[in-house]
Amino acid sequence: MELTTIWFLLVAVLFTGYFILEGFDFGVGMLLPVLGRDDRERRVMINTIGPVWDGNEVWLITAGGAMFAAFPEWYATLFSGFYLPLLLILLALIARGVAFEYRHKRPEATWKRRWDNAIFYGSLVPAILWGVAFANILRGVPLDADHEYVGGLLNLLNPYALLGGATTAALFATHGAVFVALKTVGDIRSRAATLAVRLGIAAAILAVAFLSWTLTIRSSAAAVVLAVGAALALLGGLAAATVRREGWAFTGTATAIGLAVATLFAALFPNVLPSTLDPAGTLTATNAASTSYTLTIMTWVAVFFTPIVLAYQGWTYWVFRKRIGVAHIPQH
Amino acid sequence: MDALDVARWQFGVTTVYHFLFVPLTIGLSVLVAILQTLWHRTGDEKYLKLTKFYGKLFLINFAMGVVTGIVQEFQFGMNWSDYSRFVGDIFGAPLAIEALVAFFLESTFIGLWIFGWDRLPARLHLASIWAAAIGTNLSAYFILAANSFMQNPVGYRYNPDTGRAELTDFVAVLTNKVALITFPHTIAGSFLVAGSLLVAVALWHLIRNRDSADTPAYRFAARFGSWVTLVAATAVVITGDIQGKIMTQVQPMKMAAAEGLYTTESPASFSVLTIGSLDGSRELFALKIPYLLSYLGTGDPNGTVQGINDLQARYSAQYGAGSYTPIIPVTYWSFRLMIGFGLAAAAIALLVLWTQRKGRTVPNSKWLLRAGLAMPILPLLANSFGWIFTEMGRQPWIVFGEMLTRDGVSRSVSLTEVLTSFTAFTLIYAVLAVIEVKLLIRYAKAGVPDVTPAPEPDDTDDAERPLAFAY
Repeated sequence: MELTTIWFLLVAVLFTGYFILEGFDFGVGMLLPVLGRDDRERRVMINTIGPVWDGNEVWLITAGGAMFAAFPEWYATLFSGFYLPLLLILLALIARGVAFEYRHKRPEATWKRRWDNAIFYGSLVPAILWGVAFANILRGVPLDADHEYVGGLLNLLNPYALLGGATTAALFATHGAVFVALKTVGDIRSRAATLAVRLGIAAAILAVAFLSWTLTIRSSAAAVVLAVGAALALLGGLAAATVRREGWAFTGTATAIGLAVATLFAALFPNVLPSTLDPAGTLTATNAASTSYTLTIMTWVAVFFTPIVLAYQGWTYWVFRKRIGVAHIPQH
Repeated sequence: MDALDVARWQFGVTTVYHFLFVPLTIGLSVLVAILQTLWHRTGDEKYLKLTKFYGKLFLINFAMGVVTGIVQEFQFGMNWSDYSRFVGDIFGAPLAIEALVAFFLESTFIGLWIFGWDRLPARLHLASIWAAAIGTNLSAYFILAANSFMQNPVGYRYNPDTGRAELTDFVAVLTNKVALITFPHTIAGSFLVAGSLLVAVALWHLIRNRDSADTPAYRFAARFGSWVTLVAATAVVITGDIQGKIMTQVQPMKMAAAEGLYTTESPASFSVLTIGSLDGSRELFALKIPYLLSYLGTGDPNGTVQGINDLQARYSAQYGAGSYTPIIPVTYWSFRLMIGFGLAAAAIALLVLWTQRKGRTVPNSKWLLRAGLAMPILPLLANSFGWIFTEMGRQPWIVFGEMLTRDGVSRSVSLTEVLTSFTAFTLIYAVLAVIEVKLLIRYAKAGVPDVTPAPEPDDTDDAERPLAFAY
């Protein structure tokens, strides 16, 4: 296999991992005011992701770094072109990350309410905007022959991209509700399970619409198979949630998100950022790539370190496998 | 004002701000790991108290370092996309490796450490803080290797077909002599901050509450922190000296700009301060140490140090007409403030050790208290000015000798966009700075926690017991 193809796959895997993992973090954040009826319940929710959210976010940093190293043109055009959405994502991630650590540091209700808002909007904004961004990558954007983005902000807010944003937000909210049901005990657990099914129906409708629209824009055999797989996994997850098989429900929503992201990358390949103007402006896995020397070194680093990272990150989830409930939340 | 100026201001503000948190994360992660190791080895409760106490301060700071760090990685692509295109083949690799090798280690194990007090065996829990500390320190190496490429590009060739710099020798990039010396200098500078924080907080408690059950813990922290500060200061001086000589070889203009030395001199003197025009071109008064600049730059008291005018003429001939001189008042004063603030912190550490010599009680002195409280701020400022010096001293280059800063900026980003971004980051950073400092003070004042374990409830089962720690 070509090195550029391997790195296209690796970038796809990193973003897929990011959306599966931070997807439920975002979901928990978005549902904080919905499922968390009082301070203790909100603390239960935050503590389900407390030990792991930071490690989950490193998937994004690694994906960004891998894109920079393997496809500098892609990284440069995308990040400068999608300027304001990325700025909003950054501001949201800043507020949200600090909120997790600072929320419990003072007892005042106002203090906690402000950080709850930071967690809510800090989760909602990226959950929508990542969908908008990836839909635009797939749809293509106006690029000139120098691969420079020449569209404005409004160009990114087209109906297809907005549907993408609604889809990721609904999928992540469902995934988060399933995760809360999986990781808690007591009243909140059953409320989360009920909510997961309701949200999941909306997410399934949005996802089927979005993926179908995607396949009319660009498609491949693999993309079709993956899209069908994503829809089936989501329906399977919902069925499991209905009968309160939370482990299977979580497997279902995680697989659905993974396959949906994979659908986008499969439909996109071999392009990485198509141009809607000058076809010469289209960035591909070949013309956006680094030299084969750089890709070779990066491949060895990835081959050696990725299994180690997966092992210890997986082990963390094992360490914190116990469900928690309001009884487990200490006073301070 | 154009988009380039604002992009530069944004990079300066966000980077200096990010690096207010990084030194404490680097230094304090290791110091907390050492404190916990002492507790693990001796079973002495005072070390556990100090671990938990400084651990809390560490985490308040750590969160800020993490979230401001994401901005750094995105910013290259957002504001400096032509730079990213030009160097991506080389510069992207250390960034990606930093994330894969160091950031995962750091953030996964910090989570295990924060929440793992009652979930992990004591040894594994101790290993977690060490893993996080190693991750943090490793990350510094990769990002400094990337930065060193901008100061002294090595291991690459310019490809005229693609119009970009391409990697030819990755080992050369990782063993760049600038990286090899900047790493220990930065790490030592970070321990200077972390050691100073230990002293400042402990000293405050020692003076405020002169005889409490926790006095032995604070005494230990004050002495331990002072020794860390002194050793770090020594290392900063030694590595800074070597770094100065390497800088004189690879970036002679930066050394000339550090002194405001216009004409080539041998021997050259070092001015402690100058009063006159801001760029040092006309001086009314200068306090000068003869031979010192020659020694700093070359290791020989009589060595030749090239002046700004000669270097400007040489670069104009080599790279074409234009200014190749950094802003001299910025380089001149940031260089002196870096050294001055760093030495001041070391002097206070020495004073603290002296007041506690042979088991003496810390004197109830208002001045000692003030000096102690100033302590962590001084090396933090030294770190900031060091970075301002090294980055501003490289100007007008973004990659020395290869690409000018003005050519690296994003062409597709408008002035409005970059102004929006600069304003948004400055505002959110300012608000968060106030919140962070208030929290640090609140938790520093609260003092070491009570670590006596809660009595075991006899009838409740294990599954219902509250967590040892929760957000």
